[in-house]
Amino acid sequence: MINRDPKWLTYLRILGLGVWMIITLFPLYWILLTSLKPANQIAEYPVRYWPREFSLENYASLFNKSQFGSYLLNSIVVSAAAGVVGTAIALLSAYVLSRFTFRGKGAVMLAFLVTQMIPAFIALGPLYQMFTNLGLVDSRFGLVLIYIAMTIPFSSIMLRGFFDNVPDSLEEAAMVDGCSRFGALWRVIVPVMTPGIIATFIFNFVNCWNELFLAVTLINTDSHKTIPTALNSFISSFNIEWGPMSAAAVLTILPTMVLFAFASRWIVAGLTQGATKG
Amino acid sequence: MSSLSGETAGGVGARRTRPAGRRREFNGRTALTMLAFLAPAFVFVLVFTYYPLLVGGQMAFRQWSLWDLTSTPFIGWGNFQTLMADPAFTRVMWNSVIWVVGSLVPQFIIGFLIALALRKKFRFRGLYQAVVFYPWAVSGFLIGILFRWMFNSEFGVVNDLLMRFGIVEAPVPWLADPDLALVAVIVANVWYGVTFFSIMILAALQSVPDELYEAAALDGAGRARMLFQITIPTIRTTLVLTVLLRVIWIFNFPDIIYAMTGGGPADQTQIATTWMIKFTQQGEYGLASALGFITMGVLVVFTGLYLALLTREKKS
Repeated sequence: MINRDPKWLTYLRILGLGVWMIITLFPLYWILLTSLKPANQIAEYPVRYWPREFSLENYASLFNKSQFGSYLLNSIVVSAAAGVVGTAIALLSAYVLSRFTFRGKGAVMLAFLVTQMIPAFIALGPLYQMFTNLGLVDSRFGLVLIYIAMTIPFSSIMLRGFFDNVPDSLEEAAMVDGCSRFGALWRVIVPVMTPGIIATFIFNFVNCWNELFLAVTLINTDSHKTIPTALNSFISSFNIEWGPMSAAAVLTILPTMVLFAFASRWIVAGLTQGATKG
Repeated sequence: MSSLSGETAGGVGARRTRPAGRRREFNGRTALTMLAFLAPAFVFVLVFTYYPLLVGGQMAFRQWSLWDLTSTPFIGWGNFQTLMADPAFTRVMWNSVIWVVGSLVPQFIIGFLIALALRKKFRFRGLYQAVVFYPWAVSGFLIGILFRWMFNSEFGVVNDLLMRFGIVEAPVPWLADPDLALVAVIVANVWYGVTFFSIMILAALQSVPDELYEAAALDGAGRARMLFQITIPTIRTTLVLTVLLRVIWIFNFPDIIYAMTGGGPADQTQIATTWMIKFTQQGEYGLASALGFITMGVLVVFTGLYLALLTREKKS
């Protein structure tokens, strides 16, 4: 590098990044702290930045007073199922979008992109009606179906970005050796693309894990609720109990945070490739 | 299979010439495979996204409610007229604009600065990014809950910090005061959205070749000149598209407001999409759809103007 930064700029950069890190992490620290305070110390003013004692009673009361275990399990199952199936389906469509030129390809891409801009609320009523007719209201399986549809467009675009980085010659060689196209995809491309596929799956999983409005509209029975739906019922009640609420928030955030931290590099790569090559 | 042999030689480098070569493949098996590969994705998106959207479009012109699915009389522009006549309508549209601009500008500036600061490699950069990008993995709804707790007027940490630093003297009723509630939800949204800007801009910055800066440095250009004459022009496309996507996204993003204030007090934080939620919850799907169309229309007009202005500016 010819162009070295002067000292003051380096310090300024470190200072700025440090300050931003504190600002970013503080809400997380705060909710974690609240969840670990004994119930009688949550409503304290002035607030304490380090509690006098730590306690897990908020977590205990969360599991005792609500069916949080079922919400957790529902969220895991629904998100994992939709994530796996959605990623698999998107893998196939992304392959076609990356490898072939055909009439109407632009239209397909556009149809995928437009889904990202539609306000979900236009479709909510009709979806509810459709699910009533199909007997899928209040069904976790129905939720999985919608979530699959929700994940496909964007993950197709994202996976296409990853496919573009894998040379055609790889699967062509496999096909010359007698593989079918699907066989070549499965045996040769998928192993090479594993990081991208995992990143896309995590992205989809997290999106389903966080989805609120479809779940709220379609799920009524308490034991069928996913975590966001349950949290929504908590905040709709007049008096929010902030202790158990914080505990619930921590349990909701931590798993996705860990997953994202693990895959963030690939996700960023996939997003930017998908975005720049559209 | 014979049709494939011609392409093997081309490989990745020949991407541009691909269309001519690929057309030949459009016989029998390959076309069928393509169709089979695309079909599942298409079926899902058509059935669960486009079909409901079409029905919803029709519903905007019908009196429709959740409580009576059997009778949905056609009422023409009735829903639109009801909306426009509602005294909350102007308020909601203004709030939407304030919400978008107030969130976008700080997000963009802070996100840009962070991306610039992260451009040079340093030892813990990967770790730093993983840590600082975490809001991305959290839903807007939960972010809303987090900030609702922090802005709590009785036990909130925001008030406590402001008082400790002597900025205010008594606790401020952030979410109950009509003038302050909008500020509070925007603060939460700025905090949440910076990450996306940093990611996109950082990715774009890494595509600017170092040689450009080296050449500019030889010419004696200062940092500010490099920023405005090299960095920004080179990543212009990313900036333009990111801003456009963000405007659309923030406009259509009710989650934080929904969780923090539910649109209140007195509709002071109500934006178009939270208003739609309110209608949906009341079973007024016709009104919700009509409002959805109005907001889509606003966005389409905005996108058109934005892109037209940009292309004209580029030509001149």
